[in-house]
Amino acid sequence: MDAQPTSAIVADRLVKRYKTTTAVDGISFILPRGSVTGLLGGNGAGKTTTIAMIMGLVTPTSGSVRVLGAAMPQERYRVLHRMNFESPYVDLPMRLTVRQNLLVFADLYAVPDAQARVLELAADLDLTDLLDRPTGKLSAGQKTRVSLAKALLNRPEVLLLDEPTASLDPDTADWVRGHLETFRRTHNSAILLASHNMNEVERLCERVIIMKKGRIEDDDSPERLLARYGRANLEEVFLDVARGRSRHPGETVK
Amino acid sequence: MSVLEAASEFSFPRVGALVRRYWYLLRSSWPRILDLIYWPTVQMLMWGFLQMYVAQNAGFFARAGGVFIGSVLLWDILFRGQLGFSISFLEEMYARNLANLMMSPLRPVEFIAALMVMSLIRLSIGLVPVTLLAIAFFGFNLWALGIALAAFFINLILTSWSIGIFVAGLLLRNGLGAESMAWTIMFLFLPLTCVYYPVTVLPDWLQYVAWALPPTYVFEGMRALLIDHVFRGDLMLQAFGLNVALFAVASTAFLLLLRSARQQGTLLQGGE
Repeated sequence: MDAQPTSAIVADRLVKRYKTTTAVDGISFILPRGSVTGLLGGNGAGKTTTIAMIMGLVTPTSGSVRVLGAAMPQERYRVLHRMNFESPYVDLPMRLTVRQNLLVFADLYAVPDAQARVLELAADLDLTDLLDRPTGKLSAGQKTRVSLAKALLNRPEVLLLDEPTASLDPDTADWVRGHLETFRRTHNSAILLASHNMNEVERLCERVIIMKKGRIEDDDSPERLLARYGRANLEEVFLDVARGRSRHPGETVK
Repeated sequence: MSVLEAASEFSFPRVGALVRRYWYLLRSSWPRILDLIYWPTVQMLMWGFLQMYVAQNAGFFARAGGVFIGSVLLWDILFRGQLGFSISFLEEMYARNLANLMMSPLRPVEFIAALMVMSLIRLSIGLVPVTLLAIAFFGFNLWALGIALAAFFINLILTSWSIGIFVAGLLLRNGLGAESMAWTIMFLFLPLTCVYYPVTVLPDWLQYVAWALPPTYVFEGMRALLIDHVFRGDLMLQAFGLNVALFAVASTAFLLLLRSARQQGTLLQGGE
């Protein structure tokens, strides 16, 4: 698989095996710059391992993954300042205030005029009143917004999001999705989004990759997936894939 | 990547950012600051009063004024230096922040540099007041050792960093399951580096082990200074040579453990 100059992420026959399990089993995909792709799959499908390999946190057993042309993890320092991520499984230091956390990470990412950028993001994500509060004292939804602010500090060209609206009330979640759409449009960033919220995936993603047992089970636009499975929404498609139901037109869905 | 390339990519602002992160944490928590001072003070007082007692009952100890207090203060440089390094690293694991750092442009060498700076800061907060108390209670002035103290300090802090780097590698590879190593590994050095007694006390075969460890030279050098009033520069140079080798071995081990952590997928977990 050739890496196109316009590609943000290129995974080529990517495999990750641990001692007794194969977490990712030969997956390939290309994500163009400016695209938003949903990564779906049940627990243990291989989503987190795939994202970890893209971030350079896990070394593939075989195959390769390139981000903005750099092989991960070998050439990660060429591109880490151009990417970022947010995950509910990773926290920011609790005793530091929101402002302190964001300023520390702004310096780690060499963000120019860090103070102004922090204030700008705080305004965008409705964090201004929280800037001087310890991060650990915030509600789950507020923490998610702070993590999102950290992920957007360096205006990443590649943004990896793991459940970005988990713990948010519907109104705030909708507002965050709107912000992500705006960010993608204005910065032409590639966003890879792992989520169990099918409405979110339908709204944000122009492409959906469905994983099961470490393999890509399906990969298409939401509209074509709905048509192919004969379903009204992605949740039903997801259940069809998870339960091994047929996806071919004309076949009876059990 | 060549050494020159690595050096050219080294970023002081990134190191500064991480040091700020630990400093914010330290100053926000008075129990953390108290913890830095409490135990060194207790130890210094205990050994100081013991020294006073035996000095009244044994002629040798009367001549060797301050040797116990000197030992405990130098031991604290070694022990607290490593602990200051390792605790800062552990704070990242407790905070579940390690993946954020590993995913950022922060280089491992910058991470280590920040931990070294924090080790010095924590050591200063903990030990400077205790050295002043030693003057007040027992008339023992560690600072009066002058250039010898500088040589002792450099060698001890280098050893403590080497051990801290190795422990950080173990934590990356094994998660918090290896946490106890951070707290206890230095106690292996306590009997072997002859903190409170001369190397000749050890069995012959164990003396070879003791002389392979840099701090042994420092503690022998301290006794030579306090008892015989001789500064043994030769011992300090030998300790420094061993420290350079130990630092290289620890850094290599850290990089190998980090590579293994990437292969095993433990950087995202960091749990038990």
